[in-house]
Amino acid sequence: MSDSPYALSHLDALESEAVHIFREVAGEFERPVILFSGGKDSIVMLHLALKAFAPAPVPFPLLHVDTGHNFPEVLAYRDRVVAEHGLRLHVAHVQDYIDRGVLKERPDGTRNPLQTVPLTEKIQAEKFDAVFGGGRRDEEKARAKERVFSLRDEFSQWDPRRQRPELWQLYNGRHAPGEHVRVFPLSNWTELDVWQYIARERIELPEIYFAHRREVFDRGGMWLTAGAWGGPEEGEIPQKRQVRYRTVGDMSCTGAVDSDAETLEQVIAEIAASRLTERGATRADDKMSEAAMEDRKREGYF
Amino acid sequence: MSTSTAAEVGTLRLATAGSVDDGKSTLVGRLLHDSKSVLADQLESISRTGTPDLALLTDGLRAEREQGITIDVAYRYFATPRRRFILADTPGHVQYTRNMVTGASTAELTVILVDARDGVVEQTRRHAAIAALLRVPHVVLAVNKMDLVGYEESVFAAITEEFAAYARELGVSAVTAIPISALAGDNVVEPSANMDWYGGPTVLEHLETVPVSAEPSGTPARFPVQYVIRHGESRYYAGQLVSGTLRVGDAVTVHPSGRTTTIVGLDVLGTEAVEAHAGASFTVRLADELDVARGDLIAPADDRAPVVTRDVTAAVCHLADQPLVVGQRVLVRHTTRTVRAVVRSLDGADTLGVNDLGRVVLRTAEPVVVDDYAAIRRTGAFLVVDPVEGTTLTAGMVVLPG
Repeated sequence: MSDSPYALSHLDALESEAVHIFREVAGEFERPVILFSGGKDSIVMLHLALKAFAPAPVPFPLLHVDTGHNFPEVLAYRDRVVAEHGLRLHVAHVQDYIDRGVLKERPDGTRNPLQTVPLTEKIQAEKFDAVFGGGRRDEEKARAKERVFSLRDEFSQWDPRRQRPELWQLYNGRHAPGEHVRVFPLSNWTELDVWQYIARERIELPEIYFAHRREVFDRGGMWLTAGAWGGPEEGEIPQKRQVRYRTVGDMSCTGAVDSDAETLEQVIAEIAASRLTERGATRADDKMSEAAMEDRKREGYF
Repeated sequence: MSTSTAAEVGTLRLATAGSVDDGKSTLVGRLLHDSKSVLADQLESISRTGTPDLALLTDGLRAEREQGITIDVAYRYFATPRRRFILADTPGHVQYTRNMVTGASTAELTVILVDARDGVVEQTRRHAAIAALLRVPHVVLAVNKMDLVGYEESVFAAITEEFAAYARELGVSAVTAIPISALAGDNVVEPSANMDWYGGPTVLEHLETVPVSAEPSGTPARFPVQYVIRHGESRYYAGQLVSGTLRVGDAVTVHPSGRTTTIVGLDVLGTEAVEAHAGASFTVRLADELDVARGDLIAPADDRAPVVTRDVTAAVCHLADQPLVVGQRVLVRHTTRTVRAVVRSLDGADTLGVNDLGRVVLRTAEPVVVDDYAAIRRTGAFLVVDPVEGTTLTAGMVVLPG
């Protein structure tokens, strides 16, 4: 809507839409929660929620699914933000499930796919009825099919063939007891939009998003950080490189990219010129199969 | 306030429509590919057999790839230096018409594809009718597969003429017809060397330059109250302005109660403002302590008031497999309000089946505050929802008498 004299800019329109979605949920649901990983998308979500309810506090708690393989900088960031805004934080620990024998460590050490069970059990236990996720439709082609309000059954399953049509800005959040709705306020944002918004709003991020010297090793064409999660293995030789992260996830499957981008402006320039998608560049778990994301989403992954 | 490197550009929301095998996925793939919105790893994933199959860029579900058809609407994002685009890529199968309706509901432009060999077919007419019903401001007729009819001008001219006549009957005025080959790339992003006789824009050029405005000038303000924020002594009414402009000092009426007061403050996401425009989310403070709640609507206190009624007549598209039946008790989801209602009549019929277009009269349990859909899309639009299952049954567009 670029030609009306009062049209909103692209970022203002995305911001307004996301705020509208947050307020719809606040108006319609009893127990919403915001999934918060400490990654840039969830950080932008929290920033938008703060704006949506100002001057009052955000009326939702946060939920972090802790894989046990986190970047220490990200956990520190998470705890700082929670304290700063007086938020309540729920944590679901993958490690607890492994210790109890409910989940089994994978041979490759990757814990991203293991997040689904702790997530869905926490949703059931706390009776959350709306769960905000930072998923964007530009990330991946199964996500391109996702609704803003996405109904999940009592097993948290996503059925792409039985989605409710979503018209105008009228979101249907009706659900039966035990069911919940996943809500994606950033649906229409691209990776570049997120970065430009972070720059415009001067939002602080964990340092791993900016270029730094780090000891990494090569596995399957990606630079992984050594850690207690089990890497490197024999023959995988650590080396110091100037890298940064494009996404934040489990250390065992989130790769760093070679980069000299130390400022937001440099990061934006780098992404605008990149010939790789964010997930293609840095996520091992999405490379497992053509339908990896679709399959995980069906099981209740966010 | 912006530190971004990209120039501020606006956004065009568009939807595609067409029958199966008209090459819709290929057109979308071509737009993404030729506007350099496809990155190397995506290209690699669709090029396993050599030449990239552009249709595979958009079919994101396992069942879609297996069956080679698009089942569900998907949203794509691409940008040029002039504009950003949010594209609702909708399926062509008759049984998925509801997804075309979904895509069209937020679109400012719709691209209707036809196969040059087949010309205007029943699905083309249906898609034109939906675009007309949903009042999509701009329609592009993309006559595809021109390479298969020898790039003949006469073929294009005949199809264009037939479509334009039909569109006129429906009241669609702005139709732009473009002869293309999505597979070969003619007139999608690059002008075609095979059709010298065509002097118009390519599809992308048209998308970049078509004038779109948020709404006609002079549209009255409509502010559905979404949420009440209480802080200290103050009450802030939060919402998104769906049309018009609100200013500090404006005399406003809160509907449906009908009480009148004055705006004393506007806060646009952290910035105090003297006025705010359609599309913006903000909070309003009022001079008087009124009982204002989610579901109320703030509008100018003058003769541009919306209609407060319990009898709603609307054009509808039925979306669900279960039919809509006269006498059925339903929920009406309208702006930020959900009210109980009963289906009074259905165009003389007893039921409305999936994908049927029709006209419905509803009686609501509480008043709703509506405008004619033709005048203001978002206060004229509603959903009919099953009160038990929660299913979205029907899309409705208010038709006011006279």
